Amino acid sequence: MEPSQSKFEDLSCQQIFALLSEYLDAELPHDLCEKLSGHIEGCAPCVEFVESLRKSVDLCRGFKPDTLPAPLAEEERANLRRAYESFAARK
Amino acid sequence: MAADLLARKPGAFDRFVDTYHNKLFQFSYLTCGKREDAEEVAQDTLLQVFKRLDQLRDPARLKAWVFRIAKNACLMKRRKSTFAPTRELSLTDYLPSHSDGADGHRRIEIADWSHLPENDLLRSELSAVLRAAIAELPDIYRSVLLLRDVEGLRTEDTAEALEISTDTVKQRLHRARLAVRAKLDEYPKKVNHGTQPIEI
Repeated sequence: MEPSQSKFEDLSCQQIFALLSEYLDAELPHDLCEKLSGHIEGCAPCVEFVESLRKSVDLCRGFKPDTLPAPLAEEERANLRRAYESFAARK
Repeated sequence: MAADLLARKPGAFDRFVDTYHNKLFQFSYLTCGKREDAEEVAQDTLLQVFKRLDQLRDPARLKAWVFRIAKNACLMKRRKSTFAPTRELSLTDYLPSHSDGADGHRRIEIADWSHLPENDLLRSELSAVLRAAIAELPDIYRSVLLLRDVEGLRTEDTAEALEISTDTVKQRLHRARLAVRAKLDEYPKKVNHGTQPIEI
């Protein structure tokens, strides 16, 4: 048996809990991801927690702040354009 | 967008400014906490970007590079204002609470997330709750969450923007998400959807 397999043979809810973001982001090694999936599928509290975390992450991803910046003043935009044109002239 | 900007394509400047002015303001506002500081950081960052555009090594990493400049501008602002030491978030603070039921089974208290608000008023209220939850995060966690989840940067780009390792990004992101989830978890309870004890 590979060390990585034995290491994660019996994952507890607490061990799962520490890895959930990487699990949701698909950033875990394949074998560990499989172990987590196996545990979560058979554990109602973990399913509930994973779903609530996933929902929370989805809300953050769709977050649209309600405060907009004041529009850039003409003078400020012209200042930025000058800096950009100066870069373009150096190319 | 980076390729168009570097190639000096017509309209590339305005598209970049309009997109990033807003993004940089939002990032800075939630990072600095003051509207006037955020306006200043957004403008200063855009100016630095154009002045240093020839230093951009990889156009594909434009977003990470821009936010790295913004992060440093925010740090400078914070040094000029009252310094608040960073608080660490602990994983154990966010473990779901367990209690022993009358029947001896362990139970876990989890809010019912199946009834998220559908109407505009409640959605707007939820957005305010989310904003407050993000704003309350300690700086080092908030910046990771803003770049990874709100701005959608990859782990590697977030690490580059914040000048930290990818492992640190992952660790801080998880704790930030747990803290935000815990705050949001209180929201459905407030609108009377309650919690469901689940046997384990």
